[in-house]
Amino acid sequence: MKGKAWKFGNDIDTDIIIPGRYLIYTDEKTLAEHCMEGLDPEFNKKVKKGDFIVGGTNFGCGSSREHAPIALKGAGIVAVIAESFARIFYRNATNLGLPLLEAPGISEVISNGEEIKVDLEKGIISSESGKEYEFKKLPPFMLEILENGGLIEYLKNKRG
Amino acid sequence: MSHTMSEKILRKSSKNYDAEAGDIVMANIDVAMTHDLTGPLSVQSFEKIGTKKVWDNSKIVIPFDHQVPADSIDSANNHIIMRKFVKEQEIENFYDVNAGVCHQILPEMGHVVPGEVIVGTDSHTCTHGALGAFATGIGSTDMAMVFSEGQLWFKIPETNRFNITGKLKENVYAKDVILNIIGQMGADGSTYKSCEFAGDTVSNMNISDRMVLSNMAIEMGGKTGLIEPDQKTIDYVEKRSNKSYEIFKTDLDAPSLELIDIDVSNLEPQIACPHNVDNVKPVSEVDIEIDQVFLGSCTNGRIDDLRDAAKILKGNKIAKGTRMLVIPASREVYEKALDENLIKIFVEAGALVSAPCCGPCLGGHTGLIGPGEVSLSTSNRNFKGRQGSPEGEVYLSSAAVAAASAITGRISLPQS
Ligand code: SF4
Repeated sequence: MKGKAWKFGNDIDTDIIIPGRYLIYTDEKTLAEHCMEGLDPEFNKKVKKGDFIVGGTNFGCGSSREHAPIALKGAGIVAVIAESFARIFYRNATNLGLPLLEAPGISEVISNGEEIKVDLEKGIISSESGKEYEFKKLPPFMLEILENGGLIEYLKNKRG
Repeated sequence: MSHTMSEKILRKSSKNYDAEAGDIVMANIDVAMTHDLTGPLSVQSFEKIGTKKVWDNSKIVIPFDHQVPADSIDSANNHIIMRKFVKEQEIENFYDVNAGVCHQILPEMGHVVPGEVIVGTDSHTCTHGALGAFATGIGSTDMAMVFSEGQLWFKIPETNRFNITGKLKENVYAKDVILNIIGQMGADGSTYKSCEFAGDTVSNMNISDRMVLSNMAIEMGGKTGLIEPDQKTIDYVEKRSNKSYEIFKTDLDAPSLELIDIDVSNLEPQIACPHNVDNVKPVSEVDIEIDQVFLGSCTNGRIDDLRDAAKILKGNKIAKGTRMLVIPASREVYEKALDENLIKIFVEAGALVSAPCCGPCLGGHTGLIGPGEVSLSTSNRNFKGRQGSPEGEVYLSSAAVAAASAITGRISLPQS
């Protein structure tokens, strides 16, 4: 995976990722239009398919809305890398096939707007400026869920 | 070996008696709750899995509360999806638009008893820990798996046990205690952990106050907010439920337990300032003009809160330029408030009283604030944009501070 890094601060909550007034929608496209709107109303226009979000601590705190990872995926984000994640967001994103990489200290390694490469299997993030960061690899069952595109597909495929 | 309540409950529900904190177990679910807002996604995901019938139609509870009555065609559509699901799957516990907020209805209607594992597609599901159940919020895809299998994987959490001691001063409430704790711990201070609330302050609290503590465990990242059942819990549960229950208590020498002492005897009324719940200050240090006061939600919309507010509002008028919304958390609370003439006090003071629902709490339905406006709310979240415009500001307080501030039009202490 290769793309641009969009950096955000600490405690990015689910109301920022997708505000409550849009929860009546469930489709990726509409949710993506309002993704990160509170912090950057233009985010959805600027972000490209294949980009990453690099967050601070406690990324995704707040509500259990799955609309949040759906909005991020819809906007084209292929993985979120952060210092740490909130628990429910972590489950939801994994279940929907959006990889989350816990990477303490990452804010110092990557600058905003930089091109980065992520190797999920090897557990390595590398940046345009030549820096490398090794993250704790995901457990095999999680990789399997992600490879299947999420929990639903994983369950379906398992049943045959 | 010694264990915490969370460990004991999850060991029992997974029938894995070797498991400890840190282990992943597959737990059997006792109650699964979804509502009008996160329900449609859960139903969609369930349909994608392709299972014909839910695992147990008596264990699923579906209340409508976030957008009731429907405020748009889209939300009416969501209601239709859910009513259809209820009918097709013969869901036994369905509460339509006239019942109230999910986290109030579940305990009131007897769906929560000690020792159970309860999941809900709502982050404040941790509220039910106040009755000694392991209750936690999950997403819609997780819920689809629960609907289908009746099971879900959990990592057994470690525990932060808050040992809260001291007698609360006048005008200081459970809300002030929990805001103070969150201020000290930070928004991620208990991430992945089970929070337990114990100590003599908690033993002296009634169930409604205990629910305020458990409700906000998630605001410091907690997986659940547990309180050991006592006689008060048993009296509450036996009056409302005929399910059997099991009481678990924490062994204080459990290895996965961290004890945190909190002395509240000198605590003053607290307020969370924009835009984070852990940005907490004493009310005495904040003097801000407010446009809107919201008294309600699953945190502080119970009869005790309405009583506290009415006592202060009685014979007074809400300040010019300030508006106040009162939304009882459930039909039962509403009826009691009618019986006790509290609604009359609110209306005479100039407040708007609405039917039970989440109201402006999540900024999706009614009573939203505009750019530059300031809201003082008894709910649990003040994130940017939570109650409407991202350029608005939300403060969080107890019902008493909310009522006192409605009269002055500024954030004020109850006695002033
Ligand atoms: S009252 Fe607020 S916090 Fe409680 S369930 Fe409703 S929206 Fe969520």
